Amino acid sequence: MVAIASKNVNFYYNDFHALKNINMEIEKNTVTALIGPSGCGKSTFLRLFNRMNDLIDGAKLTGEILIDGVDIYAKGIEVDELRKNVGMVFQKPNPFPKSIFENVAYGLRVNGVRDKKYIEQRVEESLKGAALWNEVKDKLKKSAFELSGGQQQRLCIARALAISPSILLMDEPASALDPISTLKVEDLIYELKENYTIVIVTHNMQQAGRVSDKTAFFYMGELIEYDDTKKIFLNPAKEATQNYITGRFG
Amino acid sequence: MKLRKVTELIAEKFLMLCSSVTTLTVILIVIFLFSEGMGLFKSSDIEEGYALVVNSENPVSKLSPEQIMEVFDSKVTLWSEVGGNDEPILLFRLNDLPAYFTEEEMGDELQYVPQCIGQLVSKEPGIIAFVPKMYVDSTASGIKVMEEGHIRPGDFFDGKYWYPTSQPAPLFGVLPLVMGTLWVSLWAILIALPFGLAVAIYLAELADSRLRSMLKPVIELLAGIPSVVYGFFGLVVIVPLIQKGFGLSVGETGLAGSIILAIMALPTIITVAEDALRTTPRSMKEASLSLGASHWQTIYKVVIPYSLSGITAAVVLGIGRAIGETMAVLMVTGNAAVIPTTLLEPMRTIPATIAAELGEAPAGGAHYEALFMLGCILFVMTLIISISVEFINSKKIGRQ
Repeated sequence: MVAIASKNVNFYYNDFHALKNINMEIEKNTVTALIGPSGCGKSTFLRLFNRMNDLIDGAKLTGEILIDGVDIYAKGIEVDELRKNVGMVFQKPNPFPKSIFENVAYGLRVNGVRDKKYIEQRVEESLKGAALWNEVKDKLKKSAFELSGGQQQRLCIARALAISPSILLMDEPASALDPISTLKVEDLIYELKENYTIVIVTHNMQQAGRVSDKTAFFYMGELIEYDDTKKIFLNPAKEATQNYITGRFG
Repeated sequence: MKLRKVTELIAEKFLMLCSSVTTLTVILIVIFLFSEGMGLFKSSDIEEGYALVVNSENPVSKLSPEQIMEVFDSKVTLWSEVGGNDEPILLFRLNDLPAYFTEEEMGDELQYVPQCIGQLVSKEPGIIAFVPKMYVDSTASGIKVMEEGHIRPGDFFDGKYWYPTSQPAPLFGVLPLVMGTLWVSLWAILIALPFGLAVAIYLAELADSRLRSMLKPVIELLAGIPSVVYGFFGLVVIVPLIQKGFGLSVGETGLAGSIILAIMALPTIITVAEDALRTTPRSMKEASLSLGASHWQTIYKVVIPYSLSGITAAVVLGIGRAIGETMAVLMVTGNAAVIPTTLLEPMRTIPATIAAELGEAPAGGAHYEALFMLGCILFVMTLIISISVEFINSKKIGRQ
């Protein structure tokens, strides 16, 4: 089943043509890695799925992005509602200046959930889902800033899980983390695949190889190649992909 | 090569000199302020060069400045009310002398005045005479010079009356002035805060960059308008409005001062608060939005809490601006040294008092020193504010 579909997507920052005619379909409950050199448009593409680019002045989109068959840029689409369904984890851990508990409960609270019992239950489930529960269960009232970088990032994942999205976008989620924390986050991504459709932007080839089912290679705003991860890494169809993966540029 | 080293050395020493001179100047000003102010507590509580003389039979030998004022204002008319005999009080000032004695008795060059006073005081058991010391013959029998005290800090800091030119004993009670200052400043902040915060939030979060680049210089321009112009505006526009709006007999009220101060504090509050709001990392706002929060929810649940210490600093700086402001307040508050109970009455602030009275206070006198002491109080107030700003800012750094 197709979770996300991109149809003839072109994206501009003012005069800069950042994405050129992207056509791509992402399957439900898979992990898709977007790779490519800096500035190739992969992060921009990712941020289209929860309309995060709306905040940028001079941004313009043509074409369609369909999530579960619905054009999310159509008139009448509630952006808040869309973002509840499409969670996001950012490059740097960015917890709120609140307690660990309140960080995870934030998404529920802003969406009008008042039931204390339910919030507590969701916070616990989400922290367990992000493999952080055992580390923080005794200090939920403590500030999120007291956690280590890796724990903060898993807290951000838990925060995104709390509102039960079906899609999880990850923008280089491990790039600011040490190798051990990175490994934990990767394990987590692997587990989350069962319940979520995950799209991950990464600079790290090994990471893409380890966690993803499918890989898309972007270069200069174009989708060069999109296929099973194994095929991309072992037997890419395009020479540019081959060159990038073997580290000849990028 | 050598020359360059020498020049560098000279430049270094010059910079050091400059900074030491600056620091020293500040310290010396503070020392000067306090040493002049402290003189107040050494000066006599009766007007300089004068004495109070009573009949030697009178058991009262000391009156507080407040009692003296009440006696001479004829609010107290019996000695029994101030701890003496059941005797009516007879007031006597030097210019009452011709009523009792002829010019011959006083002498051509007034050389017999001390004897006259001595005679009169020893004859009248209920008299209290306020006369220059040079006319008091303390060896004469039947008279008693009342004890002179010093102005006590308690009377100064806790006194409810500010009558610095009252005779024979001036009253220096700072309570009305301190309360006036705090009252006007507090309301100024209460008025300025909602507006300032609203504008800061609008500028930092909602306005598009073109509008922002137009609005911000205008607001900063507000800070550059001389305070006397604000005062003038207040006097001509706000004061009559308040007078008509509330049906008062005078429009010069604490409210007028608060409004003017609020307008003057706005640029400070807006600029500092906006800078604080803009320090919220973009990633944190995006995180909030990505969780389905609306822009507005993001502002009040993430942006404002994140920049709370900066907003507090803005408020405290605004208060500092309001407390120290002189000219505009002097022009619109009516300057009645009364402990304020409502906003709709004239009141007087510390800076306005200093500005208004320093010109008429004789240098070195008690009044003069009292004004310096007021300066000290103001200094301590603003010092507390600066320290709290430092404290808030250091806390902010600690959190990040």
